[in-house]
Amino acid sequence: MLEIKQVTKQYGNHVALNKVSFVIPKGSVFGLLGPNGAGKTSLLRIINQITGPDSGEVLLNGEHLNPAHTRRIGYLPEERGLYKKMEVGEQALYLAQLKGLSRSEAISRLKSWFERLEMKSWWNKKIDELSKGMQQKVQFIVTVVHEPDLLVLDEPFTGFDPVNAELIKDELLRLRNQGTTILLSTHRMESVEELCSHIVMINRAHKILEGPVKEIRSAFRKNLYRIDYRGSGIVIPESQSDRFLITEDRFESDHRMALVKLDNGADANSLIQCLIPQVELLAFHEVLPGINEIFIQSVTGKPTDHE
Amino acid sequence: MNKIRLIFLREYFTRVRKKSFLVMTFLGPVLFAGLALAPGLVMMMTEDDRKAEILVIDQYPEIFTTLLPSGSDITFVNTTAKLDSAKRNFDEEKYFGILYIPADIVKNPGGATLFSDEKSTLAVSSKIESLLKNQIENDKLKAEGIDPATITNAETEVSLRTLSLKGEENPVELATAVGFIGGILIYLFILMYGVQVMRGVIEEKTNRIVEVIISSVKPFELMMGKILGVAMVGLTQFLLWVMLTAAIASIAAPMLEAQVLHPEMPNEKLLTDRIGIEKNTLNELGAVPATETNGIGRIFNQVNQINFTLILSCFLIYFLGGYLLYSALFAAIGAAVDNETETQQFMLPVTIPLIISFIAAQSIVQQPDSSLGFWLSIIPFTSPVVMMVRIAFGVPAWELALSISLLIGGFLGVTWLAAKIYRTGILMYGKKATYRELFHWLFYKP
Repeated sequence: MLEIKQVTKQYGNHVALNKVSFVIPKGSVFGLLGPNGAGKTSLLRIINQITGPDSGEVLLNGEHLNPAHTRRIGYLPEERGLYKKMEVGEQALYLAQLKGLSRSEAISRLKSWFERLEMKSWWNKKIDELSKGMQQKVQFIVTVVHEPDLLVLDEPFTGFDPVNAELIKDELLRLRNQGTTILLSTHRMESVEELCSHIVMINRAHKILEGPVKEIRSAFRKNLYRIDYRGSGIVIPESQSDRFLITEDRFESDHRMALVKLDNGADANSLIQCLIPQVELLAFHEVLPGINEIFIQSVTGKPTDHE
Repeated sequence: MNKIRLIFLREYFTRVRKKSFLVMTFLGPVLFAGLALAPGLVMMMTEDDRKAEILVIDQYPEIFTTLLPSGSDITFVNTTAKLDSAKRNFDEEKYFGILYIPADIVKNPGGATLFSDEKSTLAVSSKIESLLKNQIENDKLKAEGIDPATITNAETEVSLRTLSLKGEENPVELATAVGFIGGILIYLFILMYGVQVMRGVIEEKTNRIVEVIISSVKPFELMMGKILGVAMVGLTQFLLWVMLTAAIASIAAPMLEAQVLHPEMPNEKLLTDRIGIEKNTLNELGAVPATETNGIGRIFNQVNQINFTLILSCFLIYFLGGYLLYSALFAAIGAAVDNETETQQFMLPVTIPLIISFIAAQSIVQQPDSSLGFWLSIIPFTSPVVMMVRIAFGVPAWELALSISLLIGGFLGVTWLAAKIYRTGILMYGKKATYRELFHWLFYKP
C-alpha cells in the first residue's frame, strides 16, 4: 500500500529523518511509535506531501507520490483545528470540496456521517459553540469524508472522553474492515495494542523496529511465565534453581499467583513437571512484554523489570 | 486552479458577510459625503444661528453711535446708561451682553470690552472685532481725507490661468486634488487589506486549521486564494463606496450647493461635475472661499481636461499591483508569528516604503516631474502611491509602462520569496522567528 524508501529529511543542521524505510501493508492498522522529536511528524508531513523528502521516495500503490494522491489520503494532524467562526456544515463542505469531492457528493456523504454520529443538529452551529469533544468529532468526519484509501492519524484520541474515544475506535475498525489502511501515530500504547496489527518505531531520526505486533512481542519475550494456582507457595528444588527463577509469588484474591523466569534452556513443560507435585494448577501461560515495555526498552536501550 | 477558486470564494464570502464589512460599507459613504458636504453644511448651520442682541455703551460719540452697522446675526442697541447701571439692570433674557466702547478707541483699539455671561462668545466677539476694525479703519481713512470707497475699488482678485502651449487648460488644481486623493486611497487600501490578509493567516495558524488545509492544497494555493479573495473584498467595498457616495451626494449635493455655494449655477452642471467639486472642496476647504465662482468655474473646465478613464484604470492597476506586492509580504509576516502582538518587529520594515511614499507624495504633488517623483514612481514598493499622485498631471507613456511592468515583476518576485517564508512559517508553532531564521527558511527545500 504505502512504501517508504530511504527517506531522509533535514532542517538546517537538524536531521529529522535518516534513511527511514518501511512498508505499510494494505488493510493494516499500522502504528508509528517514537518519543517526542523522533521525526514522526516530519514523516507524516512527507506522506501528506506537506513537505518533500530531501532524498528517498514514497510510493503509494507503487506510484510516486503526486498531488493527485492527496484526495486518496486523509490526514488528521496533531496540531488540528477548524475555523472558529464558521458554521459546522459549511466548514465541513468546504474541507470536503478541497479534498476533491463535488458539492452535491460532499453534502450527501456529510449528511449520512452526521446522521450516524448523531450530530445532525450541529449543522448550522458555529464551531466555537461546540464543546472540545464535539469539535473533535467534526474534525474526524472531515478527515474521513472523502473515503481515503490511506488514513493518517496523529494522536487521534486526544480531546475525546472515553465514550467518544470508543466510538471513534469503532469507526476506525469499521473503516479498516472496509479496506482502509490506517497509519496511527500515538503515545497511547493501549490503543496501539488494541488496534494495530503492525508497528514501526523510530527514535532520533532512525527506524529502530518494524514488524507485526505479535512477532515483535515474541521477539522481546523474556521466558517469563505466569502461574495461577492453589497451594501455600512454590518451592524450586536446589538442583533446578539455575533454571527456574521466581520473580514474584503472592496472593491474588482467592488463589495465589507466581511469575517464574526460565533460564539455561529450560522449557515450560519441565517447569510444569516441577510444579505438579507441589500445587494445584489453575492457569499457566507465557507473559509477553507489552508494547509500552518494548517501546521504553528500545528507546532507552535498557530492559525494564516490571510488567 | 479549482482549489484556489474554492479558497478564494470562502475568503470572499466569509468577509463580505461579516457585520463589520456591512457597517464599513454603509458608514464609509456617509463619512465621505459628510466630508464633501461639510462646507455647505457649516454655512447652513451658521445661518441658523440665533440672533444676538447687544447693548452698546459708546463713549466715542462721533461715529459709533450712528454708524456701527448691525451684522446679519448681531443687532446693536445703543444705550446712554452708565456701564455700572447697565450691568445692574442687565436683562439676560433679552440681551447677549454689553459692549463697552471707550472714548479713546481709535488710539487704543484694545480698549473695547464685551461683558457677557453666555458660554459661547467666540463667534460673536470675533464678528464684533472685525466690525470695529473696519469702522476704525474707515474713520482713520476719513480723517486723512481718503474715501473708503476708493480703497474698496482698488482691491483686486487675481487668479492665474495656466494653459499648455497648445492652448489647453492645464488642470493644476484638479490634478492636485485627484492625484492626492488617489494616492491616499491606494495607501489606505493597501494597508487595510494587507493587514486583513495577515490577520487571516494568523487566524489559520492559531486555529491550527492550516495543517489540515495544506494536506489538501499547496501552501501557495492557500496563500494566493486568500490574497485574491481579500483583494476582491477590497474592490467590492471600493465599488460600493463609489456607488453609494455618488448616490448620497447626488441627492444632497445639488440642493446644498445650489442654495448655499453658488445659486447661479444650474443644477445639471453640478450633477455632471459633482466629483470634481467634491474633490475640490475637500482639498481646498478653507483655502478658497466657496463662493468664488471664478475658481469653481475654472475647475469645471479642468474636469474635461483630465483623462478619468486613464486615472481609473491606473487606480485599479496600482491598487491591485501594490496590494498584491504588499499583501504577499503581510502573509509572510502572518506566517512567521504566532499572534498579532509579535507582528510589530516585522511590520515596520514592510510599512516604511509605504509611509515614505505617503510623505513624499505631499511634495511630489507640488513638483510632479521632479527626480524624486520619477524614481519613487518607478520603484515597485513606492510606485502605487506616488504614480497615482503624478498620473493626473500627465505622465509619459514609457514611464507608465516601465512602472507597471516593474510593479508586476516586483510582485511576482516578492510573492515567490514570501511564499517560501509562508510555507515554512505556517507549520512552526510556539517559536519566535528572527530575521535570521526567516532568511534560512528561504533556502529550505519544500
